[in-house]
Amino acid sequence: MAAADDAQFPPPKVLTYPASTPPTLITQGAEGRLYKTTHLTRDRPCALKYRPPKPYRHPILDARLTKARLSSEAKVLERCWREGVPVPAVYAMDPAAGWMMMEWIEGIPVRVGINQWLGERPEEGAEIPEGADETPLVDLMKRIGAAIGALHKTGVVHGDLTTSNMMLRPVQGGQANGGAGNEGKTRAVEGDVVLIDFGLATQSMSDEDRAVDLYVLERAFASTHPRAERLFATLLESYKSTFKKASSVLIKLEDVRMRGRKRSMLG
Amino acid sequence: MALEKLNLEHIPPTCQIYAAFFRDVSNCEFLHTQLLSRNSEFEYAFIDASSVISRLHLLAAVYSAANMLLDGTLRTPNVHSEIVVSLNTNNNIADAYRRWGITPGKTKDLIVVKVVLSSSTAQVEASTQAQTQEAIWDHIQQHVKGTPTPLTDAELAQTTEWPKVRKYYRLNGVPSLERLADEQEQRQQSESLAIMGMALRGL
Repeated sequence: MAAADDAQFPPPKVLTYPASTPPTLITQGAEGRLYKTTHLTRDRPCALKYRPPKPYRHPILDARLTKARLSSEAKVLERCWREGVPVPAVYAMDPAAGWMMMEWIEGIPVRVGINQWLGERPEEGAEIPEGADETPLVDLMKRIGAAIGALHKTGVVHGDLTTSNMMLRPVQGGQANGGAGNEGKTRAVEGDVVLIDFGLATQSMSDEDRAVDLYVLERAFASTHPRAERLFATLLESYKSTFKKASSVLIKLEDVRMRGRKRSMLG
Repeated sequence: MALEKLNLEHIPPTCQIYAAFFRDVSNCEFLHTQLLSRNSEFEYAFIDASSVISRLHLLAAVYSAANMLLDGTLRTPNVHSEIVVSLNTNNNIADAYRRWGITPGKTKDLIVVKVVLSSSTAQVEASTQAQTQEAIWDHIQQHVKGTPTPLTDAELAQTTEWPKVRKYYRLNGVPSLERLADEQEQRQQSESLAIMGMALRGL
């Protein structure tokens, strides 16, 4: 199986060299692939993002696009890191070869955490039962809002905010997921929110771009976690309290809701 | 023998990396001259330990240079100068030599790195490897006048000059560092930022 996979998707050259644990393919996106591997020493796990050459593009254009996109992603990550926004650190990269090694974030995606908390019941229209203690979930929404607020404050828009592009990193000493009953359920939404996948991120200070960022998350949230949809307001509130210029963004968000993500092409 | 063989992830066995650490080196001038005259017997990376934070910091530079060697994309005369240049956050080679390289009269503690790339796998056998390691160590020991010291984080921490490191990696006034009260955490964060700066060199 692994051999067949390799033949279909050759890994980058850097991963063909020996390592203490063989790299594993974690996920595949439209543009690139993510491997889990190690950086420098065997006890330092890392995520390797690889943008393979696209056969349908002219080689020169392809090389330039790959390099530019990886570089811009790395620059955005460094900027966020310096400002203290929770994102993975960049470990090493070779923009010409199309790969970048990043800090491996332990834990589960926020999407999984929220769904675990809600209990995996896809029943239609089932809201969170009245009276249930939803403090942990509300708390998580606040942390997400704060992370996005911090991100926008540094002049970066993510471009693809979803609950899958956020990780819940277990707080040191604690453990994410697992366990049963109420305690396990609460634990599912514990941890530090870390934003990941800056492949579509851009540096922008405009209210419009920020509002679209929030709008994309709002739509994604409503479709992935319909039963927690009303908690989105909590997220926006916490966004507002971490980010000074949030009020004008939220006004803009109203406009974006009316017209959708794309600006009108007329005129 | 104080010459350590470094085993890095994603480096093939044909590429062997050795490193040693010397405190209170007295003949920097001599070593510097050998580098300037491109004496092929002195193909080493001589790194001023005062601008190195930790093993990880050093290894990141070594890895980046070794990777360029394997790819054939070196931008300096050899892999050893490339290691020194890899420690920089920009593409100014002269600057990198001045900051991380050996400087007569200034360098006291010295890290020596040697990279050997064998062309065939036959040369990788354990016995020949031990021989090369011994030969390299003999040569280094003969010419570097200093106290051999284990290349550990604890020893490296003693020689790090933080004001220099902070300047070279532009760590002054960085919000993510300033909010940390704990010194240990601050150092770890600085290390990450330095490695990140190196990874993004020239971007």
